[in-house]
Amino acid sequence: MSGDSTLHAGRDETGTARTGRVVRRPPPGPAAPAAIEVSHLTKVFGGRTAVSDVSFSVAGGEVFGFLGPNGAGKTTTVRILGTLISPTSGSATVAGIPVGPASAAEIRQRISVMPESPGLYQRLTVTENLEYFARLYGLPRRQARISEALAAVGLSDRAHDLAGSLSKGLRQRTALARSLLNEPAVMFLDEPTSGLDPVAAHEVLGLIDALRDRGVTVFLTTHRLDEAERLCDRVAIMSTSLRTIGRPDDLRQELFSTSLDVTVAVALPEPGRVFGGLPAVQGWKAVGPPDGGPAGYVLTVSDAAQAAPAVTRALVAAGADVLSIAQSRHTLEDVYLELVGDAGERSR
Amino acid sequence: MSAGTARVGAVIRKELAEFRRNRLIVTTAAVLPVLFLIGPTASMLTIKASALSTALDKRVDYALFLPLLVPVLVPTLMSAYSVVGEREQGTLEPVLTTPVSGAELVIGKAAAIFMPAVALGYLIFGVFVAITQLAASSPVAAAVRQAPQLPAALVFIPLLAAWSIWVGLAISTRVSDTRVAQQLSVLGSLPPAALAALMSFQVISPTFGLAAALAGGLLVIDCAACLVVARLFDRERLITGVRAGRRSTAPATSRGTRPSSELNSHP
Repeated sequence: MSGDSTLHAGRDETGTARTGRVVRRPPPGPAAPAAIEVSHLTKVFGGRTAVSDVSFSVAGGEVFGFLGPNGAGKTTTVRILGTLISPTSGSATVAGIPVGPASAAEIRQRISVMPESPGLYQRLTVTENLEYFARLYGLPRRQARISEALAAVGLSDRAHDLAGSLSKGLRQRTALARSLLNEPAVMFLDEPTSGLDPVAAHEVLGLIDALRDRGVTVFLTTHRLDEAERLCDRVAIMSTSLRTIGRPDDLRQELFSTSLDVTVAVALPEPGRVFGGLPAVQGWKAVGPPDGGPAGYVLTVSDAAQAAPAVTRALVAAGADVLSIAQSRHTLEDVYLELVGDAGERSR
Repeated sequence: MSAGTARVGAVIRKELAEFRRNRLIVTTAAVLPVLFLIGPTASMLTIKASALSTALDKRVDYALFLPLLVPVLVPTLMSAYSVVGEREQGTLEPVLTTPVSGAELVIGKAAAIFMPAVALGYLIFGVFVAITQLAASSPVAAAVRQAPQLPAALVFIPLLAAWSIWVGLAISTRVSDTRVAQQLSVLGSLPPAALAALMSFQVISPTFGLAAALAGGLLVIDCAACLVVARLFDRERLITGVRAGRRSTAPATSRGTRPSSELNSHP
């Protein structure tokens, strides 16, 4: 995901979600007030530590990804911040309100939590499901709010269908509409695309992305790294304790050195002589099997823009047939596996 | 209307809508009352007018006891299901993320079960009395009309229903399996039913004073049970199955986070 692009989502005239790569809005700056502040949060169940000494903050209007393997403590953290369970130690503020028993109802009025399971009443219609929650929130203009929420997720024409008759994707959209009812300052979305097929997941992600335009702070827990990379301004990687936090690009740069992937038609007889001493090239290694076919080399470089032309000239001078030279792209998945891959394997 | 009252109303409305939509619940809940109506009514209609007064009295005792089980048994299973059932269906967690309090939720659920259970109890008694007055022989009709259990039933039907509901709800908020909740709730509803049986069959002499004292005691217990169940309603326990632990005052130690300079910083 490049640093200057984003996905903008909306609905076309038929109510179908559409997404397109347009302009990435810069994430909220340091001046934006924090929507979530977490300090040394720990949760222990019996003798098992689910969350250990986690601290971070999320700015207002930010889409924040909370990543980690199963059992990493993501859902527990969301439940603490959503005032469903209390921390063993540490503190947090949500929407500017300290998390605690006395302020729980006030926080719940200003946030919404969409659990992994949509949790709809199957025998009630979509509208009846939403009306129940609108009444629990004590909302004025209930019918208008329900209509707006359904329109936002493209479900106006299914308003009177029984929730039990909807597909999983539509149920997830209904749950999203329910989360929009109280116009929350902070939305917690726990694995919103879990179990959805690619098309339904794509639609739900488009809807989440559209929340940016509403100025809603989105706290998204997921273990689908592609969607985190696509949606989130920043991500935190969690495995009981916090492993890292930052923008996806920054995390890639922190963990991985810049490198060039070079492919030539035939393996170089003396690659050391070709790559040695080139400007900005710090080292190299062969990655392709020398079986007479195309051969690959990975060059560690300090500056890709300076190294690439020099490498090209050196290869041409050595008589090599260059098939490709490209800067290596590390995905968020690479970052994730680097940080929690071993721990994840062990836990399985 | 206060926000709390409105939320209780919302819960009642939702619960009743779910009952209405689930015809199987309505049908199965109606089977027992119908049986408790048919048996005693048939007993009253088949007894001969010349029967001895002791035999007639025994039949009347039996006939007026069985319908009293309707407000005990009908709400028991519904209330036992109401919280743990929602938990198993996954509908409880979204509700718990709203501002509704535990007390509002349990009062709403209790009221939604109480109203149809009591209405059904009165209906069964009303139909039984109406049939016996219209179709039974004069001595039998008079025996039913003058039975002291009849006015007592008017008082005890709501009190017994409330007992069963609070027992069911209390168990439903504490166990994690619907079947366990329903079995325990049936056991929990037996003590007042047994007491009613002892009085109906005149093992305990049902004097006005005793009935009034029992009714008063049951009323106090029902009111106290409302408070107890509201306090038993623990969001954390319902979500995680583990009760909320005590908060530690000692700060936890930091470990394994990088880059530490990023923490607590805004983008």
